Amino acid sequence: MKAISVEEAVAMIPAGASIMVGGFMGVGTPERLLDEVVRQKKSGLSLICNDASMPGKGVGKLIDAALVSRLTATHIGLNPRAQQQMLANEIGVDLIPQGTLVERIRAGGCGLGGVLTPTGVGTLVAEGKRQIEVDGKPFLLETALRAQFALVHAFLADYLGNLAYALTARNFNPIMAMAADTVIVTAENIVPVGVIAPDHIMTPAPLVDYLITNG
Amino acid sequence: MDPQIIIARRVARELRNGNLVNLGIGIPTLVANYVPSDLKVFFQSENGLIGTGPVPEQGMAHPTLTDAGGRPISALPGAATFDSAMSFGLIRGGHVDITVLGGLQVDAHGLLANWMIPGKMVPGMGGAMDLVTGAKRVIVAMQHAAKGKSKIVTKCTLPLTSVRPVDLVVTDLAVIGFPGGKATLLETAPGIGIAEVLAVTEANLIVRDAVPEMSI
Repeated sequence: MKAISVEEAVAMIPAGASIMVGGFMGVGTPERLLDEVVRQKKSGLSLICNDASMPGKGVGKLIDAALVSRLTATHIGLNPRAQQQMLANEIGVDLIPQGTLVERIRAGGCGLGGVLTPTGVGTLVAEGKRQIEVDGKPFLLETALRAQFALVHAFLADYLGNLAYALTARNFNPIMAMAADTVIVTAENIVPVGVIAPDHIMTPAPLVDYLITNG
Repeated sequence: MDPQIIIARRVARELRNGNLVNLGIGIPTLVANYVPSDLKVFFQSENGLIGTGPVPEQGMAHPTLTDAGGRPISALPGAATFDSAMSFGLIRGGHVDITVLGGLQVDAHGLLANWMIPGKMVPGMGGAMDLVTGAKRVIVAMQHAAKGKSKIVTKCTLPLTSVRPVDLVVTDLAVIGFPGGKATLLETAPGIGIAEVLAVTEANLIVRDAVPEMSI
């Protein structure tokens, strides 16, 4: 793990990159990283996240700034701008059941080719996908999902990069921290090694490439 | 009584001691207000919490403690938090006893459509497809009709949420179940007659000899 400034971190992300961003309706989202992505105008992003948040919050800021060309998410209903950009074909949107999205990311981070899920069988979601029977039950083959960058927000990070998350701000963060080539983390509190007890570490330090320094 | 409150009160009577319950947004959220105080029910919020509590008092909200709509909530003693993979493992894995969702259409076989109106409203399915596919019991809480049109239809014209039929539909006029895969009028709302329900229901409902009044 290397500790760097938010400006240096975002400078590593090229325009058109694929990024996963943690958070659920903007809760548990690395806002400082997203503010810097907007400031550096990283456009044409392929964004993977749970939802489109809302204007002015979380990944909503990327949509406000029209930096996203492809969005893979489970729900965009609370962000009218995302809906407008989708209907105007400015963003290509893949809508995925939430349990499927998280399992595809988990598979991507765990060396699996994909997962078999019953969710979506017989619905629009099944279109173009392989259906596989196991013990007489139908499942969809949902393939693994990875990104070039994961932007993660933690409650605690220690000097090594071990992470712990708070309450409902955990959501997709620890899953995404396993599924990207480069993992960049902001933390509300950076603390000495040992402050987070081993049993309470949710993302072990070797998964973290860059920790954004505070202040 | 407000139609939404009739629905919420009736759904609350389906909850049993020790149940793990997921409430969707809208009318389903109201169900938590009518759980008898002697019943111990665990409410899951799919953004990563079991043990959701009421909206916190003024000035007590915490930015990292929210419901699936991003609104501040509290957590009860004994609450547990987890990541999204665990949350949907609970849902898909059959660990959630009851899910209560809103609906756009439910058809004569109990199939539900509740996530999009093509060309008009494409918000995304969020967790709905996993919940309907994986929960032990699926209860739809919705108004019987919208703009004068029955939401209990012969066949769903909107895209399905799952091919797994729902177990119970509670509306402001009736309770409908699907024994043997056929829509059956189980109860009518207070002051509502059977004929009145049938008149505003597109799907054919099986009517038994005795149809009790909804107890709320």
